[in-house]
Amino acid sequence: MNVEETDLPGMGRRKDFMTASGRRIGVVELREGQMELIVSTWDDPDTCQASIPLTGDEAASLGNLLGGQHLAMKLSEEHREIPGIVTRQFSIAPDSPFQNQPMGKACIRTRSGVSIVAIMREGEVVPSPGPDVVLHSGDLLVAVGTQEGLDSAADILRNG
Amino acid sequence: MDPLALTLIELGAVVFCLGLLARLAGRIGMSPIPLYLVGGLAFGAGGVVKLDGMHEFAHLSGEIGVILLLLMLGLEYTAAELFTGLRRSWQAGVLDLVLNFLPGAGLALLLGWGLVGAMVMGGVTYISSSGIAAKVITDLGRIGNRETPVVLSILVFEDLAMAVYLPILTAMLAGVSFLGGLSTVGISLAVVTVVLMVALRHGHRVSQAVHSENSEVFLLNLLGAALLVAGIASALQVSAAVGAFMLGIAISGATAHNATRILEPLRDLFAAIFFVAFGLNTDPSTIPPVLGWALVLAIITAATKMLTGIWAARRAGIARPGRFRAGAALIARGEFSIVIAGLAVASGVVPHDLAALATAYVLIMAILGPLAARYVEPVVKAFRRPAPVTAQA
Repeated sequence: MNVEETDLPGMGRRKDFMTASGRRIGVVELREGQMELIVSTWDDPDTCQASIPLTGDEAASLGNLLGGQHLAMKLSEEHREIPGIVTRQFSIAPDSPFQNQPMGKACIRTRSGVSIVAIMREGEVVPSPGPDVVLHSGDLLVAVGTQEGLDSAADILRNG
Repeated sequence: MDPLALTLIELGAVVFCLGLLARLAGRIGMSPIPLYLVGGLAFGAGGVVKLDGMHEFAHLSGEIGVILLLLMLGLEYTAAELFTGLRRSWQAGVLDLVLNFLPGAGLALLLGWGLVGAMVMGGVTYISSSGIAAKVITDLGRIGNRETPVVLSILVFEDLAMAVYLPILTAMLAGVSFLGGLSTVGISLAVVTVVLMVALRHGHRVSQAVHSENSEVFLLNLLGAALLVAGIASALQVSAAVGAFMLGIAISGATAHNATRILEPLRDLFAAIFFVAFGLNTDPSTIPPVLGWALVLAIITAATKMLTGIWAARRAGIARPGRFRAGAALIARGEFSIVIAGLAVASGVVPHDLAALATAYVLIMAILGPLAARYVEPVVKAFRRPAPVTAQA
């Protein structure tokens, strides 16, 4: 992927790339620390159809959504050979009982047989997280297991 | 009435009116600068209301306004940005300088205002308003556009050009001879280079000297340093404005960002008073005779800025609509044109008509610029689609 970085003197910095569909998409990091998501119009890639200001949390969540989806798709592809194994994503809600708790406290593997293979956090991947990794609200857990196991894991994360 | 009471009442009334004008400007989405100028014209010599009590204060505040405007112009870009800007866009910058300096200078010569007048008017028509341009780009959601870095680099180049231009102008206004002028140019170039080098290598030390976690201490440090440097520069015949500008360039990094934030309200206040003070000193009755020339100059220099933007954006590989957007974003002239005209008027060596022409010109350009930036796109689109629906049967 060819991400282009351009200085905007006095304003900040733009990072963007062309998508296969011919749109330019990226972010502008403003000097004061705000971030804007930019998407070009379909007929003129030089101009922007939208530039959407994002808070730090919003940017991190968007990063998780995109990155988590990508990771889950890859994992499902790898597990296609094994019948009954499914990949699913769980996000840690602000009212989850395991917010700010080490993941081991939920005993997900013991109780549901599901493995948490990665955590998406602020746009970055934490691969094979150990039981001592502390969960935060907004984290996206990528889990692999059976359909029933994943259902019970979701219930554990939501209700304890 | 007690003179102090009179001054306070006048000042209060004027500042309050400026507040109303700024609000009106915000409501209709234009720059407040032209309204401030009109306000000054209305209050000044030959205007609707005569205000004498606040004259002295307005004068000093106006000076501080200029210092703050230039300090913040210097703060706007880091030394590194100035260097990369210069490397990346010097061709466009030189074209900008030639195309936009000449119309103003030419008209001044035509009107018989001499070389000094030409130097002043050239500067007035050359420098775009980086304040208006930045606001237009942000308001129209064009920060992420591809032509925006092109526009910004041209503004960076203008910024650097000011650093060389202002000392030369100051020397010429002070009536220095040709030889003396040459040496001033040499000195100013040397000073600019040294300041840039110092800013690039030791900017953090200058920043450290004024920096403080406490915003009160920081504000006092900054303002004190700016006025000191400006005063010393003025005593050395190098114009207070240039001193403040150089200090702004030398302060860099996080300190510069914080400084911008902390100085903004002060700048807004004093700059507003500066524009009013400029208007106060201009007799409104001198404007109608030069209005025709101002219009001619406005049309020519709107076209030359447009050409500059189109050429620069084209070189950067931007498609047609983007080229026109780049050109239109540069059209607005504003605060710095008035700063230049103000320096000239204060020196007393240029004819009074120059102040009138500069006022009328900036009034037109500060209104026309944002409008052009907003409506250039639909206009270009309308022209681009003379629908080729020729019957093919």
